[in-house]
Amino acid sequence: MNFNFKHEWIETNIGLLAVLTMLAISVGGLVEITPLFFIDKTIEKVDGVRPYTPLEQRGRDIYQREGCYLCHSQMIRPFRDEKLRYGHYSLAAESQYDHPFQWGSKRTGPDLARVGGKYSNEWHVQHLTAPRSMVPESVMPNYPWLKATPLDTSDIAERMKALRKVGVPYSLTDAEYKANVAKFGETVAKQLHIPNAQQSLIEQANFGNYDGDRSGISEMDALVAYLQVLGTMVDFGKYKDDAFVNDR
Amino acid sequence: MSEQKLQSQTVQTTGHAWDGDLQEYNNPLPVWWVYTFYVTVVFALVYWTIYPSWPFGKGWIGGLSNITYVNSDGETKTHSWNTRALLLEDMNRAAIAQKPYFDKVAAMSYAQVAKDPDMNGFILSAGKALFSDNCAPCHQAGGQGVVGFFPNLTDDDWLYGGSFDKIHETITGGRHGYMPTFSEVLSPEQIDQLANYVASLSGIGHDATKAAAGNVLFHSETAACYYCHGADAKGRKEIGSANLTDNIWLWANVPAASSAEGKVAAIRSVIASGLNKGVMPAWAGRLSPEQIKVLTVYVHELGGGQ
Repeated sequence: MNFNFKHEWIETNIGLLAVLTMLAISVGGLVEITPLFFIDKTIEKVDGVRPYTPLEQRGRDIYQREGCYLCHSQMIRPFRDEKLRYGHYSLAAESQYDHPFQWGSKRTGPDLARVGGKYSNEWHVQHLTAPRSMVPESVMPNYPWLKATPLDTSDIAERMKALRKVGVPYSLTDAEYKANVAKFGETVAKQLHIPNAQQSLIEQANFGNYDGDRSGISEMDALVAYLQVLGTMVDFGKYKDDAFVNDR
Repeated sequence: MSEQKLQSQTVQTTGHAWDGDLQEYNNPLPVWWVYTFYVTVVFALVYWTIYPSWPFGKGWIGGLSNITYVNSDGETKTHSWNTRALLLEDMNRAAIAQKPYFDKVAAMSYAQVAKDPDMNGFILSAGKALFSDNCAPCHQAGGQGVVGFFPNLTDDDWLYGGSFDKIHETITGGRHGYMPTFSEVLSPEQIDQLANYVASLSGIGHDATKAAAGNVLFHSETAACYYCHGADAKGRKEIGSANLTDNIWLWANVPAASSAEGKVAAIRSVIASGLNKGVMPAWAGRLSPEQIKVLTVYVHELGGGQ
């Protein structure tokens, strides 16, 4: 078969070259951009997903600072072995307030998308301080300084303002606060209100006492609070097992 | 020059000549490459018709390929192909294969399951997988626990009871241990006396005079240890208080201490600081009732079941 095609035709016709170049580039553009027009369709409609509270958000910052994501993913894939080990597959809706998301694909350690509530606070504290005292075969590093380092709570409002700019509904004005009350309920909305941020962080840390030490708020308090909320916001008991199958 | 002439005879040029002798080669793509490219185009067209691909209208094109499976209610369901539907097919196929076993587990009493030789293999393999995934991080792979943190499940010493029903209750609803901080109510001497008394109950080296004073304190209203641990110090399973007379230690790391003084000191530190730990999460939301039943029998059969 010989199409007798000569690139000379294109190269010697500047108009045709311009049109074909634009076509070729627009394919790449369309593949990248078009799915974004449909992103709302792929975010499942579920109840319960809310932005992180100030304390959880600080824990998340520490999670990133310590590079936990280098060994732990937060993305349960829709496979039988993953469902049996970790629980329901992760929904897009569950990471809608994550900036940046922590999905990842590197699993030296287990997936953490639904680690919340699986172990006691005490286990997390001991395991983060000395992993091999709880899991003998673990290769995780020790993080003994988390419990010894007081949490810097002074800049939480600034951190939340930055996240608000990229679309997390932390409220700054009364109108935003009221919208949050309607959307998340009053208890949650109070914690998402930036003017109260530092106070609600301290209240949650003192009430939860995540690190088992009441003498102060440590980085361990924040990190354990974050770990304990992971994957717990959606009550999957409310949904049938094929509820999310048509979102893909 | 002669080499260039030779090439210009074998390789096609564009026909132009600049500056008299500057020519441009016209090298077409290799034929195998061109045909491979056409094949990938055809492959994409076929793929787009079979699998979900392009956004369209208010959703996307689902593709011609479907997934059909029978769910747990016996209904036949069909979805257009995607990984979530694939998972449903996989889960339901496995559930149907395991159903005879889980139905049998659900229908039998705990004692029957434990004694039935047919079920033993199932409980051992299914229970071991469940235990390794969910329980081993705290209670360790063999159920031996960690002194100071998580109880040993292989001995016959149970905080909340080792019957099938009690193990089931513990797994389903979780537990939370608590003991008040006595350093705020008692003097260091009194705590030392109590520690010596508790040591004496397990036959550990102690100071007899202090132990005698501790005995009085233990049963007094000042320390009121007997409220929770019982007048005989054997613990009360309904609240999970420890048996102090059996020389089995969970909170005070007595086995790690080599000297009698060290052992008494370990007991002393628990009395002084109290406990607000021993938290076991509730598993009712994470595991199915059948899975909890399998785990109950598995834990019971680890060696210490009553």
